[in-house]
Formats: sequence, structure tokens, C-alpha cells
Amino acid sequence: MSDQGKMDCGRRRLIVATSAVGGAGVLAAAVPFVSSMLPSERAKAAGAPVEADISKLESGQMMTVEWRGKPVWIINRTPEMLASLKLVEGDLADAPSEKSIQPDYCKNETRSLASKKPEILVVVGICTHLGCSPSSKFKPGAEEGMTADWKGGFLCPCHGSTFDLSGRVFKNKPAPTNLDIPPHRYLSDTRILIGEDTQGA
Amino acid sequence: MASNSNYEKFKSNGSLVQNVLEWVDARFPLTSLWKAHLSEYYAPKNFNFWYYFGSLALLVLVMQVVTGIFLAMNYKPDASLNAVGVPVAFASLNYITHDVSWGWLIRNMHSTGASAFFIVVYLHMFRGMLYGSYRKPRELIWIFGVLIFLCLMAEAFMGYLLPWGQMSLWGAQVIVNLFSAIPLVGDPLSIWIRGDFVVGDATLNRFFAFHVVAVPLVLIGLVAAHVLALHEVGSNNPDGIEIKKVVDEKGIPLDGIPFHPYYTVKDIVGVTVFLALFSFVVFFWPEGGGYFLEYNNFFQADPMKTPPHIAPVWYFTPFYSMLRAMVWNFFWLPAKFWGVVAMGGGVVILAFLPWLDRSPVRSIRYRGPIYKTLLAIFVFTFLVLGFLGTKVPGYYFFGYTPATNPDGSVIFNPLNYLLSGDLIAQVFTVYYFAFFITMPWWSRVDSYKTEPERVTWK
Amino acid sequence: MRNLKTLLAALLIAPALALASEGVHLDRAPDVSGDKAALQNGAKLFVNYCLSCHGASALRYNRLLDLGLTEQQVIDNLMFTTDRIGDQMTVALRPADAKKWFGVVPPDLSIIARARASADGSGADWLYTYLRSFYRDETRPTGWNNVIFPNVGMPHILFELQGEQVLKTEKSQHDGKEVEEHKLALTPNTGSLSAEEYDKQVADLVGFLVWMSDPEAGFRKQLGVGVLLFLAVLFVFAYALKKEFWKDVH
Repeated sequence: MSDQGKMDCGRRRLIVATSAVGGAGVLAAAVPFVSSMLPSERAKAAGAPVEADISKLESGQMMTVEWRGKPVWIINRTPEMLASLKLVEGDLADAPSEKSIQPDYCKNETRSLASKKPEILVVVGICTHLGCSPSSKFKPGAEEGMTADWKGGFLCPCHGSTFDLSGRVFKNKPAPTNLDIPPHRYLSDTRILIGEDTQGA
Repeated sequence: MASNSNYEKFKSNGSLVQNVLEWVDARFPLTSLWKAHLSEYYAPKNFNFWYYFGSLALLVLVMQVVTGIFLAMNYKPDASLNAVGVPVAFASLNYITHDVSWGWLIRNMHSTGASAFFIVVYLHMFRGMLYGSYRKPRELIWIFGVLIFLCLMAEAFMGYLLPWGQMSLWGAQVIVNLFSAIPLVGDPLSIWIRGDFVVGDATLNRFFAFHVVAVPLVLIGLVAAHVLALHEVGSNNPDGIEIKKVVDEKGIPLDGIPFHPYYTVKDIVGVTVFLALFSFVVFFWPEGGGYFLEYNNFFQADPMKTPPHIAPVWYFTPFYSMLRAMVWNFFWLPAKFWGVVAMGGGVVILAFLPWLDRSPVRSIRYRGPIYKTLLAIFVFTFLVLGFLGTKVPGYYFFGYTPATNPDGSVIFNPLNYLLSGDLIAQVFTVYYFAFFITMPWWSRVDSYKTEPERVTWK
Repeated sequence: MRNLKTLLAALLIAPALALASEGVHLDRAPDVSGDKAALQNGAKLFVNYCLSCHGASALRYNRLLDLGLTEQQVIDNLMFTTDRIGDQMTVALRPADAKKWFGVVPPDLSIIARARASADGSGADWLYTYLRSFYRDETRPTGWNNVIFPNVGMPHILFELQGEQVLKTEKSQHDGKEVEEHKLALTPNTGSLSAEEYDKQVADLVGFLVWMSDPEAGFRKQLGVGVLLFLAVLFVFAYALKKEFWKDVH
């Protein structure tokens, strides 16, 4: 019988070594199980870039396409709408879009491909607070149930976050950042590819 | 339950970890569980090769549960056809092997695990027969074991339907139809089991529910009961003698050693060897030559077309042979009914073993030539029954074919009988049952050697 | 004990001996699993000849990149029914229409190479033999029959490559008994390829079918070697640990 108290060095070393090798094995065996919960090839394929045809998108109108299971809004803003962006700047939490997710080429006031089509906004229609989809409140003033000084934008029905017509969040609202802008590029004058910006990337 | 009071509570030496342990131990029988089942569970020191399979069975159970959970995340029990004409359930298996990261590995592990489970459990049961582990006072352990075996068969059978391949569908169709052999209630019973008039979507859904929730719960409960009953009376050993008879002044058996660390470290060695064999199959031989994953099951289920040859998976084939061996009508009941009785009886009769065996000694080491001979023949017949269960009826050994006259009548030749699989299956089925039924007689008249006082090393 | 183990070993071998082969003779398919060029050629043949009727719904086009093709090559040469590289390789044909036109729905071929394995040979062997065993049979609606798949529903799709075969019955004397032997004979100059060239093309196609049924097979075996090596190391430690502890007991 072994003496419980005394455990010689060799034995201790062997226990540590065997546990280390065995533990490494268990960890390695866990990798396949954990990774099997990542998006599968099917999910990845569903998240592939989508094309949108904006030839019929009138000025002042909005369309929605599905990308990675989320609504992506494409809004053709009127000159008045674009003008409103300047007016609300002071009330925004992050007017220069420092904290939000957008491609570098959209980090500007219109949050769009300013060199190509500044009036076209492509934005993920999911509130950055808890994932609801905001509703459009494009008409200025109280007409759509907003305050009298409303300049047009979006209202999240869940917790009342408001966004301007570039998807920028107003101050003192629950949403932490501006709405996400997905990577996108123009395939032609009227076709946008959402989810991919440079060729083959 | 393991006694909650016999052990002293844990006392901290003041360190944080020990303080936490003391806090827990005051509210939960941590120390007593640990000591009662591991560090102060005294197991005979002479366990041999055959004693690895108990802990291995537990390991395989855990692996099956874990891989099963991860498969269930992506599997869909749906027999309807998808847009391209593939059943959704079948397509979800392709999805697992082709689209889910590492899904192929998890699937291979689960399918190999099913066969590994039966290999390990059959060897574990055989150990019980070698050393008389079912004898008093271990009858209840053995009965729990037989129930575990039955659950395992149910689990394997229902799990086999889930891939919704040809063998899944038609295997289930045949086995469920067995219930229709039961007089009076048979037909409504088999319809009730299927939830349909043929094996269909309803059957698939309920088998899924049983396979992933109901049977595993029962199985885990039975395994707990099996282990608790074992730890109540203590383990048998290859000498078949009670180590509790010779104890030291503290009441500790002189031939006993604490399960932990001695058998934990020993079992780790066994586990490593087992995992190597298991990995070999998973990585290099996942179909197991068509025995672990039947080739025909890679065809999607087609209710319009039966495959030419239906055989259950290998672990059912000994009992399937017994089913097919019954071709006579007895007492106005059809052969089909007796086939079901033979198949079920083949498993149930194991439960009576503790009372059938009347030998004065437990272990084969001290038993006489009758037992050794009959047990060897028993193993042989069981293996041959298993082999024949994979073959079509009308099989002849060694590729033999009875010669015929030009008019088609068979020319007499003793080999027509000696090599006939059907006939051999019948004879061996009779032997299987005769082995048990006549055991009370021959186990008493068999000679035996005197058991030693203390365990031996062999 | 020792005797018992020997007996058990003998018993386990006995059924193996009884496994005398019966059933059809299959030609052995060449193993092209390591040959990327052959597999790419197989993919091309599959897309051109098989994919018009048979889907391979388990596979996505982007999986073909594993065969060493670029995305652009796949899009330009292998994708005819879709423009999304993440899509599954399915047929445009609806199963219901196929049933109406052919009488049977052409089976999905995703894992056909695993399904066609048997005691007679691997799935590759069966497919390799099958695709080379079509012969002219005017009694069949398609005008074709197959030696190892009698009354097959599919016509000889690779006919223009192989040419036309006919089934010849030869009678010969064996031990005083008349034995009938069936032999396939190729009608000369009916196909664009020589017999050897055709066999090579079929081998590539079959290689692709095998790859597609289990695209991870190569990686699986590599990983298996690693796992076994790891277990060997673990065994050394575990065995030493056991020896160390059991010094107390022995």
C-alpha cells in the first residue's frame, strides 16, 4: 500500500507529464466540436455578396435587399434630405462616424461612396442597440408621429433610438453607434454589389 | 446513495481553494462520494485484461452522448423530399459531412461509437460469464446490465433509422413488423409504433425523440444503478472469490487496492489503446468493411424499392439469426411469432443466469471441463450465428452449392446439410437456449477445483 | 486462459475464411486520389456529361477549389446552371419532370461512390466497371443495356467517347460441359477515343466521384496519422505512470 503522505518526485513528475499530454489531447479533441458550431459552408454561401439593381429606385425612395439574413436598405436621397444631414450634426452622438462600422470610403457625412453617388445610402437596417430593425420616418416634422423639429431619419420601435438620413444615431439614445454600412461597390451605374468591395476580395 | 455520514467532512488548511472545498463539502457529499466510489473503493488487485471493458463502456457512452448532441445540432428528422428530390433527413447527413466544419469527424465518431459500444459491451458481458460475476450477491448488477443491453439495442435500432437510407428504412420496416407477430394485438401494435401504415415521417420523428432524449435518459439512469449496485457489494475478480473475507484490522481487504489511483491510472492505459483502435477506424476505415456503416445505407430511402439483401447491423445479427431460425408453427401460432420469441428470449434469458448457474465456484479458473467446453462451444455458436445473420437465407459455407439433377431436383449429398447456413443456424439456436436451460443440471455435476483463500496472479 | 484466447482467435478467423467470393467480377479502378489533374479532368467530365441529369447536392462549386482550380476557372468552365459559386451542384431538372420523362428520377450522385461499394469491390471499382460495360440492346427503350446493371434506365452517355459495344456469347467446352461466356466487343471506329484513352477518362471521372463522396478523405487520413502518433506518445506516459503506481501493489 502506498503511503498517502509521501509522493516521490518521479511520480509527481509523471503525473504532471501525463496530465499535460492528456489535457492537450482533450483540448485538441474539443476543437472540432467547438468549430462545428461556426457558420457552415451553407451559411457562408448564404452570406455571399448580393447584387441590387437600383435603376428603378426613384429619388426619395428606399428599397430593401437581404444580405447574410439581414435587411440592407438602399436609399436614394433627395437634395433636401442630403441638406438635412448638415442641420442635425450638432444633435448627433458621433457625427464623424468614428466609432461605427463602415468601410473607409464611407466615413463621410453622407456615409456613401461620395465620389460616385453620394445620394445613395447603403446601410444595414439593424439597430446597433439590440438588433431590431428601425422604421423609416423620412417626412420632416410631426407628420409621422415625430417631434416638430424632426428633419427625417429612422426610429427604432423597440427602444426609441433615432437616426438621421445617413444612419447616424442621435445623442442620448440607447443605440451605442451609428448603423453599419456594409462593404459595397458599383458594378455599373445601376447595379450595386453588397458584401464585397474590391475585385476578388 | 453512497452514505452521506460515514466519512469525515473536509477540513480546510486555510487556503482559498480548500476553503471553497470545505464550504461545498459541508453542503454536498463531495468527500464521501469521492471516497466511497474512488479513493476508498477497494477493488481486487488482480484485475486482468477483461476488466478494462467496464470503464471503456462508460467512456463510449460519454462519447456517444457528446457526439450525438453535436450531430443533433445539424440533423433534421424529416422524411419529405427537398427541392432536388433527396429526403431532408438524408440530405442533412450529407450537410453534416460536407458542409459543417468537422461534421465528417463527429459523424464518423458517432457511427464508429455505435459499433464500439457493442464490441465493448459484448466483451464486458463475456467477462461476467468467465468469472461468474453475476453470482450472488451480484445478481442485481447483472440484471441492470441486461437492461442496459436492451436499452442499447433499442437506442442503436432507433438511431439507425435516422440517416434515412435504404437500410434504415427497410431494417426498421422489418423489425417493427415483428411486433405484428404477437397474437391479437400485433397489427394495431405495430401501426401504433410506426404512427403510420408504413415506416414514414411520423416514425422518423418519434424514433428521433426516443433516440436523443428518452432512451439516453433511461440508459444513464441504469448505468448509475449498475455502478451503485456494484459499489455496494464490491467487484468480483478473475479468481471469483470474495476479497472481503480477508481484511486487515481497519476492515480493509488485504487483496483490495483503492480504485483511485491504481485502477484510474491502469484504465488510462486501456483507454489509450482503445482510442488508438477507435481512431484507426474513424480515420482510415469508417465504413468498417460495410459492417459499421452498411454500403446500401448510402442510398437514400426509397419506399418503392427494397434492397436485394437486408441484414441488420452486425451487433444484432446473432439474435436476428435466431429469429430466422424459427420456421415451424407450434401450437396454432405461426413461425413468425416464435421467431420473435426466440429473438427476445435470447436476450431475456441472460437475466436468469444468476439462478441457472449452480456451480459451487464462480471463476472459470476453478470450474470443470464441462463448463469450459460448453462455454467455448457457446462462444463459437454465437459468433457463427452472428456471421449467418449477415447472410441471405439459403447461404452455404465455403461457396458450396448443392448440385442438382437436370430436372432441378437436388442431388443428395451430406454436404447439403453440413454446410447449410440455415440448418446450422437452427442447430446453433437450439444450442444457445439449451446451454442456459440445462445449466442448472450440468453446472452442478461438473467437477471443480478448490478456490484459493487469497487472489492469485495469472 | 491462454488456450481460451487461442480458441477465440481461431473462432474469429473462421468466418473470414468462409467469406468465399460470389457475385460479379469487377475491374479494379486505378487510384487517382492524389492526382489533381486527373480529378480536375473528372470534374469537367462530370459537369459536362452527368450534371445535366444527376445532381451532386452535397457539393458546392467552391469545394472544387480544393482540386487546385481557381475561382475564375470554376466559374468559366464548370458552372452552367448558376452564377453563385457557393451554390450546390444541382440540376435544373425538377424531380417530378424527370420522373415523367425518364420513368425514374436520376439519383443524386453526391455519395454514390460510397453506396456502390460491396463485398465484390470498392464503389470506385463498381463505377469504373459500370461505365465501361454499356452495350447495344435494341430491346431496351434507350437502346442500351449494361452488363453489371441489367436493364439500366440510363443510356450510354459517354457513347461518343467510347463507341459502341455489343454483347457476344461464346460457347466453349469445359470438363465436358457447355459453358456460355458473355464478352463485350467494341465495334471499331465508333468512338472518338481508343480503348485505353477511354479507360483513362472513366478512371478520372470515377476518381472525381470518389473524391466528391468524401472530400475530406485526404485530410482525414493525414490527421489520422497525427492522432495515432499522439496516442502513441500518450501511451508511453500513461504506461510509465501505471508502472510507477503499481510498484506499490506488486
